[in-house]
Amino acid sequence: MADYLRDHHDKIVGRWSELVLAQVRGRTSLDEVRRELADLYSLIVRVLSDADDHAAGELRAALDELSRSRARDGYTPRETAIGMLALKEAVYEFVADTAELVPEFLVLSRMIDDLGLRTFEAYSAAREQIISDQSTSMLELSTPVVRLWEGIIAVPLVGTLDSARAQLVMEKLLDELVATSADHAVIDITGVPTVDTEVAQHLLKTAAAVRLLGAECTISGIRPQVAQTIVSLGIEFGDIATKANLADALALALRQAGMKVVPVA
Amino acid sequence: MNAVPIRSGDDVVRVRQLVRTAAAENGLSLVDQTKLVTAASELARNTLVHGGGGTATVEVVKSPIGRPGVKLSFNDEGPGIADIDLALTDGWTSGSGLGLGLSGARRLVDEFELNSKPGAGTSVVVVKWSR
Ligand SMILES: Nc1ncnc2c1ncn2[C@@H]1O[C@H](COP(=O)(O)OP(=O)(O)OP(=O)(O)O)[C@@H](O)[C@H]1O
Ligand SMILES: [Mg+2]
Repeated sequence: MADYLRDHHDKIVGRWSELVLAQVRGRTSLDEVRRELADLYSLIVRVLSDADDHAAGELRAALDELSRSRARDGYTPRETAIGMLALKEAVYEFVADTAELVPEFLVLSRMIDDLGLRTFEAYSAAREQIISDQSTSMLELSTPVVRLWEGIIAVPLVGTLDSARAQLVMEKLLDELVATSADHAVIDITGVPTVDTEVAQHLLKTAAAVRLLGAECTISGIRPQVAQTIVSLGIEFGDIATKANLADALALALRQAGMKVVPVA
Repeated sequence: MNAVPIRSGDDVVRVRQLVRTAAAENGLSLVDQTKLVTAASELARNTLVHGGGGTATVEVVKSPIGRPGVKLSFNDEGPGIADIDLALTDGWTSGSGLGLGLSGARRLVDEFELNSKPGAGTSVVVVKWSR
């Protein structure tokens, strides 16, 4: 597949660019799109040909950068993801008639899906940054405590967690815990751009208070870059459960409550 | 490149945003951006809390081999640090923090220089290079 893609570089990149341009017409030029996509394309070919270990990292970085600039330029997440996903269509148009390439096309297609999903992450990180630029007003935002399930409540934090806000969150969470007799609280920090020692200390204190009330506490929404930073800082969450996302935290809470989600029938 | 004041918690937030923008514009990866912003957050808060306020500067620099990097300086004219080794020990705090801000910030960046004398204030300069 790598060889095929390399040999048909111009045709496929050309078609890919047309498909992408059709989605975002008027906001950029064909040459501009072609230049951006040609970069990604060469990296994808390098990754597929297993030639070097750096290609995958470079591809991710290039894609993240492109997604960030899309976010800044006001594209929608859909338009941003299509920029990647349209490659499938472009390649398919060329390989459809070549039966022996179909299995490899499936591999490529799965890789493109992953990359498409990745644009969402980079896109939302960039949006988050735009949001955090307005953070002074974000501080005022109310902090809703939501019920996820019988006995399981969650507080999704968005923005900056300073002492005043942390105090508010803790009070609301503890009140709600008592009012609903919940026995599991999830603090989701997906929307907290920076987790430093101050934020960590607030999280640790809140978790300790939750436990004093006899409930379990899980911290969710720890993004990979935040996880790496926390480790370098030397912060330890001890035996407080941490999860990458809210769904995993809910699954854990359900399991601890002796429940299990199964498919119907 | 101008020095921005650090006098309140809002100023710390503002410094973080400046650093995030500079890091993103100069090709630092998402992880490195996050690390540098977090280090900036620690150092700015130390300037505010322990140094009684001060200033921060954000600069774009080039390494000898031409790599771009972001350099941050934090300055205050507060009480200074009597025992620098102790201050850089994981878990040591003169207040009620975790005592990980200064030592953690050092691990989060590529270059770290701390100058401080009791009575003469504190200056911390850090650099993170793009990879
Ligand atoms: N700018 C400064 N001026 C004076 N003393 C300082 C300064 N920065 C740090 N220190 C001293 O170094 C100690 C360690 O700093 P460090 O940031 O590691 O911990 P902390 O600020 O006490 O807690 P945290 O983990 O929340 O940051 C501080 O407790 C303080 O005594
Ligand atoms: Mg500190």
